[in-house]
Amino acid sequence: MSVNDTAAALPAANGGALPIGGGLPSNLLLRFSAAALLWFAASGVTALWPDAADAQEWERTGEFASLLVVAAGLLVLAALLAAAIRPAPRSRLEAAIGSLSASVPWLIALALGVTGWEILTAKLNLLPRPFFVPPQALLEVYLDDWPRLLDCFAASLRLLVTGYAVGSILGVVTGVAIGWSRAVGYWVHPVLRLIGPLPATAWLPIAFFAFPTSWSASVFLIALASGVPVTVLTWSGVAGVNSAYYDIARTLGASPRFLVLKVAVPAAMPHVFVGLFMGLGASFAVLVVAEMLGVKSGVGWYLQWAQGWAAYGNMYAALLVMALLCSGLVTLLFRVRDRLLAWQKGMLKW
Amino acid sequence: MVALENTDTAGMTTGMTIDVQAVSHSFELHGAPLPVLDGVELRVEPGELVALLGPSGCGKSTLLRLVAGLEPPSRGGILADGRPIDGPDPSRVVVFQDPTLYPWRTVRDNVALGLEARGLLRSQGHRIDKALALVGLTGFEKAYPHQLSGGMAQRAALARALVNDPRLLILDEPLGKLDSLTRLAMQSELVDLWRSSGFTGLLVTHDIEEALFMATRVIVFSGRPARIKADLSIDRPYPRHRGDPVLTELRHRILELLGLAETW
Repeated sequence: MSVNDTAAALPAANGGALPIGGGLPSNLLLRFSAAALLWFAASGVTALWPDAADAQEWERTGEFASLLVVAAGLLVLAALLAAAIRPAPRSRLEAAIGSLSASVPWLIALALGVTGWEILTAKLNLLPRPFFVPPQALLEVYLDDWPRLLDCFAASLRLLVTGYAVGSILGVVTGVAIGWSRAVGYWVHPVLRLIGPLPATAWLPIAFFAFPTSWSASVFLIALASGVPVTVLTWSGVAGVNSAYYDIARTLGASPRFLVLKVAVPAAMPHVFVGLFMGLGASFAVLVVAEMLGVKSGVGWYLQWAQGWAAYGNMYAALLVMALLCSGLVTLLFRVRDRLLAWQKGMLKW
Repeated sequence: MVALENTDTAGMTTGMTIDVQAVSHSFELHGAPLPVLDGVELRVEPGELVALLGPSGCGKSTLLRLVAGLEPPSRGGILADGRPIDGPDPSRVVVFQDPTLYPWRTVRDNVALGLEARGLLRSQGHRIDKALALVGLTGFEKAYPHQLSGGMAQRAALARALVNDPRLLILDEPLGKLDSLTRLAMQSELVDLWRSSGFTGLLVTHDIEEALFMATRVIVFSGRPARIKADLSIDRPYPRHRGDPVLTELRHRILELLGLAETW
């Protein structure tokens, strides 16, 4: 297969992504323009269509419309750049335009979704209030209440990372110990079997009573929730290591310490990461519950507080922050895994 | 360490003497003992390449595990250079039928395993490149095991053994899973390696032709529990030829010993 053939075959394989250095597809200008037009339309609907007469007029409508115009303007810029650099050799810019062009269908869907959302809420008032708010209500929260949201975000992140780190480290150590030592397994396994399936939140009443602060109680609960799956999966990984790996290392003069740290642990790593992923999911759930019931800060607390004031705009804004936090942490975990487990073939991409 | 010094200067190792003295061994199977070796008596002189031949599952591989020190025998004893074997030692290295490379390590890091385990990586690291060159894997240092073909993986496993400069190389059907063309090529390579380094070799194989092509002696075992049926000296010069009529005649005799002569 020649180089040109490879370049031609690539777009199909990447679902329409750009072939590297092969020039941009000719309809790129059209695609970007269509997306830009729809974002302009969304902005026009927001700014020019008056809000429903039988309800309140929403603040920050102008700012939201401007934001939509900026998005549309950026797409116009992308379209112009795509047209201008077509004959240019491969570059970072071209790669960036290429990946943006792959998400054009999403950009179009988003513009349509925002327009529909705007019409259903602010413009026609078809959805029951106060539970549904237009997008500019979220923007209003971000513009006016950002210091508090930022504080809550930082508090949640701190609590989550502390609890998760404690749980993961203890989980890996316990899992390796159970998998390696018969004596440790004898004593820890029954405890793990009894306690493990219990949802960490069941400990909530005792934890808030037994720990000096609600923060330390929450760290305990998050560590427990994330530690159990990490322990079980690490243990199963260590127990499943091919015994020939140990034979090889032993005939080459390896000490027991080498067998644990350089054979058992790396061989168990794929399992450990499944445990870390499951533990992260469990820790999100416990985080929100702990913040809603005990800790007086964090995104979970903000959600509860916003609901108490029927401030549904604030709730949606906080939910979005929460989603970004959780998704960001999962992405980070997968990045670390991709780096450490680069030797595995056929890995799931996040 | 004497062995290491020797290789660095002369490229020759002194082979190990192995004395298997009245070794019997049995496994526990459903609570009852299953005898696999019965009164095996065998002395291997330094620099010999001895092939162990016998029916599948007769206990040849078990004997290798005992010599490697991975398990103690139920009865009898094994001496290495006159000293009893009481555990694994890097002077006696095993190459198994499966390459069992660590999938999370590159070829280079796999080969480095023995040096790393003994804390010799810094002082003896240069031996890794030599071992890789010896098995023809130069240029594949950074590859991961799943990127290698079967033959290349087994070569890497061989380099992982050779880098420790073993005085006894224990080969447990090392070519058993390779395709027949690669197997023929690697038989010659193994013989060359053995002749140029001077280690003692113990080779378990199912392949009569392989045993005759490579070994100085062929030990024929009975079915389980394994007893030694015959000890044949293959007194032919190297490099050997597969069509050698003496080897063909020996092949016939071994088939007879194994009860398969009617296929001749």
